[in-house]
Amino acid sequence: MVSPAHFIALSVILFVIGAVGVLVRRNAIVIFMSVELMLNAANLAFVTFSRMHGALDGQIIAFFVMVVAAAEVVVGLAILTAIFRARRSASVDDANLMKY
Amino acid sequence: MNHSIVLAGPAAETTRLVAYWILAIASVAAALGMVLARKAVHCAVLLAVVMLSLAVFYAMLGAPFLAFVQIIVYTGAVLMLFLFVLMIVGISAADSLIETIRGQRMWAALSGIAMLVLLSLVVGHAVIGSAAPASAKFGNGNVTGLANLIFTRYLYPFEITSALLIIAAVGAMVLAHRERLTPKPTQRELAEQRIAGGHPAPLPGPGTYAQHNAADMPALLPDGSHSELSVSAVLTFRTAEAPPELTGGTSEPGIAGPVAPSPTDSHETGEQ
Repeated sequence: MVSPAHFIALSVILFVIGAVGVLVRRNAIVIFMSVELMLNAANLAFVTFSRMHGALDGQIIAFFVMVVAAAEVVVGLAILTAIFRARRSASVDDANLMKY
Repeated sequence: MNHSIVLAGPAAETTRLVAYWILAIASVAAALGMVLARKAVHCAVLLAVVMLSLAVFYAMLGAPFLAFVQIIVYTGAVLMLFLFVLMIVGISAADSLIETIRGQRMWAALSGIAMLVLLSLVVGHAVIGSAAPASAKFGNGNVTGLANLIFTRYLYPFEITSALLIIAAVGAMVLAHRERLTPKPTQRELAEQRIAGGHPAPLPGPGTYAQHNAADMPALLPDGSHSELSVSAVLTFRTAEAPPELTGGTSEPGIAGPVAPSPTDSHETGEQ
């Protein structure tokens, strides 16, 4: 029997892996991918809770998260290409102009 | 077809359990691989595995609409956008293994473990009940139910979403736009530049040596040295970062000659 707890546990694991990815990686694109992984894990939790409570609101929220994630990716990747054009690097270590 | 009706009974439960464990292990392994893989393209492919597994999970949880949106929007559009940008930006996208902040990886792993423990405690203390009894909302009537909610209770958030998408599209256009600062060179200017550049003939083609005909193998000059001009700079970069046994090239007995001739040398011999 697959209970909602199974899916919640999986979503917790995926979220933590995404968070570690954000902390560890230096390539801005891979950091973005890790953020996407965290958003997806949160979506899985939303959908699971929707199934658990028998209401569709969780699925609606997951749908909105997908929309916001798509918009975020578009703007974020455009910023990345702009930074890459200026400094020929996708590493987050090289964008340190505002470092004190 | 209402899958919650079709998939009923103990056999269906076993099927679900097997599918859950296979996909759960696959998605966690792919997520770990995404964090650990050095090349960004490998990360993108592994992320696609995670997203497709999540789509199957959504279908198992009675969200067929979100399952398809996950495949079409996430795996189809968002991940393709990632790959596009990787192709533009990411030729040198392999991560360096040098830690720029001392102890960063150790602290990241520790905080990851701490976060896992914290979230596990929270989830363990929470009362996660079993699934609600199957209803049409999680099968046949899923799209209808979602549409009802979107256009009644969530109408204003939905409308604001459209503003967000327009802003994102305009923002991406503004960020990606580049003003041309110099006038476009005419054909005459290009021709003069080429004559003045000292190499009016086309560059030598790659891989003309008998053993290899690949685009990343340099052409051999009459004196046996490599012509650096014959290989694209991009491929030279990639070959330089690949391990030497994969590149073939200079270690093979068929190709003799200096390992790395300077471009001017090969250029001069090429002119002879």
